Amino acid sequence: MVDIGLGHYLTLGAIIFSIGIAGIFLNRKNIIVVLMSVELILLAVNINLVSFSIFLNDLAGQVFTLFILTVAAAEAAIGLAIIVVYYRNTSNIDVEEIQTLKG
Amino acid sequence: MDKLNFIYPEIFTSLSIMSLLILGVFKKNSSSLINNLSVLSLVGALILILNYPLEINLNLFNGGYKIDYLSSYMKILTILSGIFILITSSKFLKVLKLFQIEYPILILSSILGMMVMISSNDLIVFYLGLELQSLALYVLASFNRDQIKSSEAGLKYFVLSALSSGLLLYGCSLIYGFSGSTNFDQISSAMIGDQYGLTFGIVFILVGLAFKISAVPFHMWAPDVYEGSPTSVTLFFAIAPKIAALTVFIRFLYVPFINVIDQWQIIIIFLSVASMIFGAVAAIGQKNLKRLIAYSSIGHMGYVLAGICTGTNQGVQSSVFYISIYLIMNLGFFSFLFMLKKDNKYYEDMDDLSGLSKNHPLIALSLLIILFSLAGIPPLAGFFAKFYIFKAVIDQSMYFLAILGLLSTVIAAFYYLRIVKIMYFDQEKIIYDKDYNLGLKLTLIASTIIILFYFIYPSKLIEIVSKIEIII
Repeated sequence: MVDIGLGHYLTLGAIIFSIGIAGIFLNRKNIIVVLMSVELILLAVNINLVSFSIFLNDLAGQVFTLFILTVAAAEAAIGLAIIVVYYRNTSNIDVEEIQTLKG
Repeated sequence: MDKLNFIYPEIFTSLSIMSLLILGVFKKNSSSLINNLSVLSLVGALILILNYPLEINLNLFNGGYKIDYLSSYMKILTILSGIFILITSSKFLKVLKLFQIEYPILILSSILGMMVMISSNDLIVFYLGLELQSLALYVLASFNRDQIKSSEAGLKYFVLSALSSGLLLYGCSLIYGFSGSTNFDQISSAMIGDQYGLTFGIVFILVGLAFKISAVPFHMWAPDVYEGSPTSVTLFFAIAPKIAALTVFIRFLYVPFINVIDQWQIIIIFLSVASMIFGAVAAIGQKNLKRLIAYSSIGHMGYVLAGICTGTNQGVQSSVFYISIYLIMNLGFFSFLFMLKKDNKYYEDMDDLSGLSKNHPLIALSLLIILFSLAGIPPLAGFFAKFYIFKAVIDQSMYFLAILGLLSTVIAAFYYLRIVKIMYFDQEKIIYDKDYNLGLKLTLIASTIIILFYFIYPSKLIEIVSKIEIII
């Protein structure tokens, strides 16, 4: 049996973080997927912080995680509201169609 | 908590946000009242800051919140920009039918977030301030919600800003893990040897901050968002978040990481050079004045970063000096944009300016002065701002950076002068309305006079700025 140490958690965090970043840049279809990718990035950060917090035996990391969770909820709410506003005006949320402003 | 009186400005602002929100909900048609009261509460916060001597140096909340000369000065700048934005934009918002109670309240809450950011001495406090600022800014960008352009600007700003917050947080988590603390002072004492985890953390946080001040290569949101959002919000985007992000740049690089300057200096130099050159070159082909000012602000951020990368007190002072002048010039430029109104429509293209000097000689003259100052032509204020940056850079023997900066100034002068040419030598086209309100006239006149006559008594602002000593 392998001991699960800090390195494993950090690797997991890094993998989820990379999936989140890739989801934002490679996604060509739906803006909701971008919102999900942002949440993935924040969750990766949370995994990092909690594992560091256990490893360092210091509570600040877990407090930080709670703050991030709260802010992420607020951010998702505002993001969805903006998407609804955009959808009302254009009747689509395709990433490729978002190009009224360019130059 | 006997030192609680030092955060009275923040407490006062948050209390006024809440009470104004309640007042706005219960009293019908109160947008004009709320707007005036918001200006008053910002003035109140300004008085509360000036109430205590600015030279104090305090750490509050277990060292997480810092009150010193830099933070007080930057808070004053932020609040002043908030006041001027509110008094210049009321007419513009009324014409666009956007004059609602939410607008001043969102500006206030964003300013509160900036004040927290400016004073933060801890990663958690910094992150919360940043998010409070950005959450209000997302909504402000899409404030003209029935227009495709504005909602698209909000959407783009939201996606890219959320991404940059994510990168920044990942950096925070690495720094916390490898130094064992979120407090800047304690991180500073944990910086021994070269830990590559901390280097990664610095890079991630710098990327996130560079997004916020729109430095190249993280600038791509700026032109679209500047063009799409309502002009008064563009003005807010162009000045206030940059003041706050610049302060965080200074505090973050100069408190915990001043000992590893060789690791971050090259990154800042790259950001600075890329922003200066790109800001100058990409603005040349622009037709829309708001897009143009977006590229111009990218270029100006390059000069500000050039001051920061020196690693000396003098460099920091010159950057702070530059951003103060930049604030005045942008206020002048945008109050000019608010004057281009005819039949309840605002014009924002470069061609709309043609022959402006025939019918509107005075505002054309003040735009001429502002543009010359943005281009850095002596003896206007913009020249002194660039002069001190280059002086600080050359004192550190970074001749390469100074030469590139000068070259991009010359390129940038081209597009500023082109606007002057269109204004003074082209066929006259549109005669604009002349019903300016008092706040607009006051802002344009005040900024023009400050820019024009700054050279008579240049030492005053230098004296104020030179009290900022971040490296002891």
